[in-house]
Amino acid sequence: MKATLETKIGLEVHCQLTNLRSKLFCGCSANYRGKEPNTHMCPVCLGLPGSLPVLNSKAIEDAIMIASALGADISSRTLFFRKNYFYPDMPKNFQISQYDQAGGVPIAAGGSVSMGNGKKVRIRRIQIEEDPAKLSYEGTIDSASATLVDYNRAGIALMEIVTEPDLESPNDARLFLQNLRSILEHLGVSDGSLEGSMRCDANISLGEGRRVEIKNISSFKEVERALNFEIARQKSLLDRGAEVKMETRHWDELRRVTVSLRVKEEEHDYRYFPEPDLVPIAVTPELIDKVKANMPELPEMREERFVEEYDLPHEVAQTLTGNKRLADFFEDCVKSYPDAKKIGNWLVSDFLRYLYEAGLDIDESRVTPDHLVKMLQLIDSGVISGKIAKQVLKEMMTTGRLPDSIVEEKGLRRISSRDYIESEVEKIFKELPQAVNDALSDEKAVNYLIGELMRRTSGKCDPTLANEIVSSKLSKLKSKQTAA
Amino acid sequence: MTNFFEATASETALKIKGGEVTTEEYISSLFERIKKVETKIHAFVETTEKAALSKAREIDKNLREGKATGHLCGVGIAVKDNICVEGIRATCSSHMLQDYVPPYNATVIERVVGEGAIVVGKTNMDEFAMGSSTEHSFFGPTRNPWDPERVPGGSSGGSAASVAAREVAIAYGSDTGGSVRCPASFCGVVGLKPTYGTVSRYGLIAYANSLEQIGSIARTVEDCALLLTVMAGHDFRDSTSAKVASKDYRECLKNDVRGLRIGVPKELFAVGTQEVVVKNVWSGIKRLEGLGAACEEISLKSLEYALAAYYVIAMSEASSNLARYDGLRYGYRVKSDKGDWNLVFSQNRRQGFGAEVRRRIMLGTYALSAGYYDKYYLKALQVRTLIKRELEKAFGKFNVLIGPSMPILPFRIGEKLKDPLEMYMCDVDTVPANLAGNPAMSIPCGFQNNLPIGLQIMAPPFREDLLIQTAFTFEQNTSHSKQTPKL
Repeated sequence: MKATLETKIGLEVHCQLTNLRSKLFCGCSANYRGKEPNTHMCPVCLGLPGSLPVLNSKAIEDAIMIASALGADISSRTLFFRKNYFYPDMPKNFQISQYDQAGGVPIAAGGSVSMGNGKKVRIRRIQIEEDPAKLSYEGTIDSASATLVDYNRAGIALMEIVTEPDLESPNDARLFLQNLRSILEHLGVSDGSLEGSMRCDANISLGEGRRVEIKNISSFKEVERALNFEIARQKSLLDRGAEVKMETRHWDELRRVTVSLRVKEEEHDYRYFPEPDLVPIAVTPELIDKVKANMPELPEMREERFVEEYDLPHEVAQTLTGNKRLADFFEDCVKSYPDAKKIGNWLVSDFLRYLYEAGLDIDESRVTPDHLVKMLQLIDSGVISGKIAKQVLKEMMTTGRLPDSIVEEKGLRRISSRDYIESEVEKIFKELPQAVNDALSDEKAVNYLIGELMRRTSGKCDPTLANEIVSSKLSKLKSKQTAA
Repeated sequence: MTNFFEATASETALKIKGGEVTTEEYISSLFERIKKVETKIHAFVETTEKAALSKAREIDKNLREGKATGHLCGVGIAVKDNICVEGIRATCSSHMLQDYVPPYNATVIERVVGEGAIVVGKTNMDEFAMGSSTEHSFFGPTRNPWDPERVPGGSSGGSAASVAAREVAIAYGSDTGGSVRCPASFCGVVGLKPTYGTVSRYGLIAYANSLEQIGSIARTVEDCALLLTVMAGHDFRDSTSAKVASKDYRECLKNDVRGLRIGVPKELFAVGTQEVVVKNVWSGIKRLEGLGAACEEISLKSLEYALAAYYVIAMSEASSNLARYDGLRYGYRVKSDKGDWNLVFSQNRRQGFGAEVRRRIMLGTYALSAGYYDKYYLKALQVRTLIKRELEKAFGKFNVLIGPSMPILPFRIGEKLKDPLEMYMCDVDTVPANLAGNPAMSIPCGFQNNLPIGLQIMAPPFREDLLIQTAFTFEQNTSHSKQTPKL
C-alpha cells in the first residue's frame, strides 16, 4: 500500500445571487425561502410555451464584481448558451447557462482565491446561469416512491465558479469555500447563511485513478464529509487493486455516502448552442469602472486595516476577516469597547471554539456584540475573573441571556470579602500543614495553596486579595520560625 | 343580413366607428359566414363565438358612450394556434397541447385587442408550425378555398384560408421559413413577414426562435399594413425585439414605383420551379417595370445553400425548444405512467408528437450532438452569414428583390406526404428572408386553373415601407387581388 496518493480536487461552486430582488430571467421575487411550494413562478420561469427570458442586468453587475474580486479577466462580450438535457427539475429541459467552447464566452475567466496559508487556488471560469427547481424525495433518492418538484427556486440567478484542480485535501476544499464565501459576503452578492444558497459539485482523483464527480453537495459544510467519504472509498478500491471508474456520483446527505449516478458512457451530451432568445451582452469598460468604483472592502483589505487600525496580530485579523459576520461582529464590539485586541482574542479563541463545538454559524448563536462587550466590562470592573467569564460566555451562547443576569443567578460574582477569604485561608493552613511547609521553603509551592483556595471558592475568589492574604500569612509564619 | 364579412378591416373599423353597422351585427355576420364555409375549409381549430359576441356588445356599449376607439375597432381577427390568447386553448395543432390553455396573452394579442380587435378563433396549422401544407395537424388538414382538394399551404394554412374564404378580414400567422408567405401565396391573399425583431415573439410558441416572426395576413395591402402598424414595436419582454420607433405603415401606401430598382435573383427560379409560376411572376415584374421601376436579373450564389442551412438551424433550435413538452407540468400524458421519469417522458413525447415533429426533433438533436455540431450546425450558421452578406450587398444596389413566393402551384392533399424532402423543397424561395432576417411579402400575381400564384418581394431590414409601397402599387394596378374563391 502506498503511503500517500496525490489527491487532486476541483470544485464547481454554485452561489445564488441573493442580493437580486427578482429571478435571473423574469420578474418573480427571488425571495422564495419559506414560501409555500410553487407559488413564486410565472410563465417565464415555468418555461410555459411562448414565454421568453429577459436578463436581469443586475446579475451582470454582480458577476463583474465577483470577477474583479477574484482578479479574473472580464469578457467584453458575453453570451448565453443552452445546456440541453432532460431532468425533472428543469422546466424547459434545458438550462440557460454559459459555455467556454463552440464560440461561447463566459462572463469571466482566470483569477484566484488565496487560502491564507500561502496557497492560491486558480479559477478556471465564472459564469451566470439559472437555478433549476428543487426536488425533494420522501426518504432517499434510491428508495423514494415519488419525487416532489418545487418551482419556486427555478430561475434564481446562480454564479458558477469553477476552480482548477488545485485543492489537495478535503480540508483545503473547506478552507477555499470559507474564503470564497467571505469574499462573496463582503461583496454583498451572496448570503451563505441561507439554506441552499451555496452548493457545489466536486471533482476528485487519487493517484493514477480516474476522475469522479460528486454532485448534490448541498452546503459547504457537507463538502469535507463528501470528499472524505469519497477518498476512503477510492482508497479501498485502489488498495484492493480494483479500478476507480470515471463516473458521476450523488452525495446522499442522510446516509453520508456517495452513490453512483451514471458512468462515463452514460454521460450527457449537453448539445450546447447559443440561446437564440437572448442577445449577446456588451460588457463595456464604463460599466466595469462603475461597478469597481462601488466595490465594498474585500477580506484581504479588511485584514490589513484590522492590523493597522486595531493593532491586531496578523493571524487574528485573518481569522476574523475569513468570515464576514465574525469581522462585522468584531467591529460592532469595537464601537462600544476600546480594547480591540482583547475582543479579537476572545472571538478567535473561545467564541469560535464554542461555535464550532455547537456546530453553529455566527448568526445562529445567541450572543450579540452587546453580550460580549458587557461580559468584558464585568471582567474589567472586577465582578468576574477571566476564567469565570468563559463559563459566562458558554451560558450566553446557549441561553442568550445577558452576562450580568447570569452572574447574579449563578452566584458567579467575585468574592472580595477580606474576612471570608481570611477564614478560608485559615482552614487550609490547618488542614494542609505539609503544603504550608513546602510553601515556606519553596516560593513555587505557594501557588498550590492559592489554587486550593480558588478550588474551594469555585474560582470566584479575588486573585489579588487571595495572593495578598496567603503571602502575608506565610511571611508571618516565616518570621515566627526565624524568631524561634 | 348584409355581407359585412366581405369588407376589409380598414373599412369595417370605419363603418363601426361611423355607426353604419354595430360590432355585434358585424361579428354575427362573420360567424354566420364561418358556419357556412368552415365545413368545406376547416380553417379553425376553435372558434370563440360567445366570447367574441360579448366583446362586441361591450365595444358597442363603449361606442355609444363615446369611449371606443382604435385602429381595429370591432374588427374580427383569426389567430394562428401557436399564439397565446389567455383562456383559449393554444394547441399548435398537436396532440401534445390538445388541452393546453395559456394563462397569458401574447404581446401581439394585447396590442391588437388594445386597438379594439376581437379574436374570433384559433386557426389550424402544421403541428408546431412544421410543414408547408397544414396537413400535419392533429385535427386534420385545412383545405384551400380555391380548390378544397388542394392544400392551403402552411404552416399558417388556417389563417390564410380563413382570410381567403372571407371568414375574417385579417389574421395572424407566424413565419419561420415561409409559413406566412407560403399559405398567402397558395390562398391568393397578402402575407407579410416583418424584419426579425420588428414584432414581439412573446407568446408565440417557438419552433425556431432565431428565424421566426409573427406576420400579418389580409386580402389587401392596406389591411396588411394596418395590422403591421398595430403589432410592430419594441417589447421589453422579448430581448430580440428591436428598439425602432413605431410608425404608421399606412403612410407607405403610395401608388408609385417610379425609379424603384428591382433585383431578380435567378436562384429564386431554380430547377423545380413550375413554368406557369415563372411566367406569372415575370409578368408581374414586367408590370412593375411598366409602372416606372427598373429591373435587373442577378445571381446570388449563396441562396443555393439556403434551404439546407435553414433546415439544420430550424431543426436544431426546435429540438431544444420542444424539449419542455414532457407531460410533467402540462400537455399530453400517457394514462399508465408507471416507471421512472425517463420512461414516462419518452412515452409522453412519442405519443404526444406527430411523425413530422418527431422527425425534426431527432434530426435537430443529431445536428447539435458532439462530433456533428461543427459539421452541421456551425456550417449552417456560416452559410447564414454568407447569405446575409450577399443580400446586404445586393441591397446596396437594389431597393427590393423579387421572385416567386412558391415554386409550385397548390398541390393536392396527400400528394407530398410520402416524401418529406419534396415538401421541404417548397420552402426554397422563402427561407432566405428568414435566415437573413429581412422583411418579405407575398401578393397574388396571377392564376392558373383558378389556383393562385404569389409574387414575393424582399426588402432590406426594417424597410417594410418599400415592401408595402411596391405591393400596394402592384395591387392598385392589377386585378389579381380582387378575385374571390367560389364557396
